[in-house]
Amino acid sequence: MDDDKKSSLSCSCASGYDTTSFIDLTHNKLVSELRTVTGKLTLNDRFDHFLARWGMNRMGHIVKPGLYKMGRPNADSPVLVSANYTLSFDAVRSALAGTDCYILVLDTKGVNVWCAAGKGTFGTEELVHRIAWSGLSSIVSHRNLILPQLGAPGISAHEVQRRSGFRVEYGPVRASDLPEYIKTRKATPEMRRVQFSFKDRLVLTPVELVHVALPTLVAAIILYLLTGPLAALAAITAVLAGTVFFPALLPIIPTHDLSTKGLILGVIFAIPFAISFAANPIMPLWTDLLKSLVPLLIMPALTAYLALNFTGCTTFTSRTGVKKEIYRYVPVMVLMAGSGILILVLLGAIWLMEVI
Amino acid sequence: MFDSYLENTLLYYPQKCINCLRCTQVCPHGVFAEGKEHAELMQPAACMECGACVRNCPVQAIEVQSGVGCAWAMISAALRGKGMDSGECGCGGEQMSCCGGGAKESFSNREEMSTPED
Repeated sequence: MDDDKKSSLSCSCASGYDTTSFIDLTHNKLVSELRTVTGKLTLNDRFDHFLARWGMNRMGHIVKPGLYKMGRPNADSPVLVSANYTLSFDAVRSALAGTDCYILVLDTKGVNVWCAAGKGTFGTEELVHRIAWSGLSSIVSHRNLILPQLGAPGISAHEVQRRSGFRVEYGPVRASDLPEYIKTRKATPEMRRVQFSFKDRLVLTPVELVHVALPTLVAAIILYLLTGPLAALAAITAVLAGTVFFPALLPIIPTHDLSTKGLILGVIFAIPFAISFAANPIMPLWTDLLKSLVPLLIMPALTAYLALNFTGCTTFTSRTGVKKEIYRYVPVMVLMAGSGILILVLLGAIWLMEVI
Repeated sequence: MFDSYLENTLLYYPQKCINCLRCTQVCPHGVFAEGKEHAELMQPAACMECGACVRNCPVQAIEVQSGVGCAWAMISAALRGKGMDSGECGCGGEQMSCCGGGAKESFSNREEMSTPED
């Protein structure tokens, strides 16, 4: 992210800094400037979001930490807290377009709120520091902060109050519920629940795909050169099944574990390839059967592995459960893939002997 | 069978609870609900061990071994010869994994207030 973008926040800030600086009496240091931001998302912002969703320039989607004002806030206006990741920050400011408020942006190293809370960067220490550093107590007369609910794993509300005097109030999970929350200062049970809708899952597929694009391409080229287009297509299909179809179809695939869901999906996608490989009237039946076993062993293993890795993207998997999945299914995946590769090598050796 | 998520490390001591209801506000899966004298543990199996309730309980009435349920991080840690539990989610690193645009960038990409990162 270039400096220019940093300073302008990559958003439609009506870039004006208040010239007034505030003195934090606790630390006797000059505190940060109060920046101005609007709720309007520009084309540039949307392009930044697009790049973020595709996993490009991963650490470049950053907003400068500090205190921002939106609209014309006064001493009684609400203070919301967010992360310095453009998607998080922009979600808050666009949801609050037309609302007079302050947004306190923590330095989460360009990571979203929930993940940053898990890592501790969206944490008590940073929040307390940022409150003091921003001179917030001199700007507002109240002592309330509205935090994103998903920031709670990193924040100890009672600790924040003890150390800063500011009372932490957890807002809704989704930014879209903020206007309603600001009105009533109450979150319904629905607002407190994290969802994992089709749209939520689908939005994750580009970055999943980007992660595996290069190795998939290399494998596809090698398979194409060694065995032909069908094997290359099988590799690409297995990866697409694990990175795109799996997230999209997640709730409707039987079983609860992600690995078994991946295995099931992999088998379904492997069947047409197995039939194609077996349909060779020239070859003996046993080699056809062996050939058809290869996609049935390798493709589900690969899809299941990609599905297992999706645990990091879900909104519900616990560490205990994921650990169980790893111990239960990774050996199965390795065994399946290893057997498939062995058969492939065996078939290659037979073909080579016939040629000689 | 085929459900590795039935058990977790969540422990709740209702006798310690002062009914402040913080746990009901921070849990994203409705594990806790308001009760008459103390918070009620409604669906412990839904706990994803995020640790939000533990960190926000002022009287330590809840315990959980919190951590990120991310296979990529755990397997990477194991391959590097470290313990699985030391596996830190790869969000935010150049190596990255889930959270970035993903989920948990994966969910980072969610439209959370906090907001799904990857």
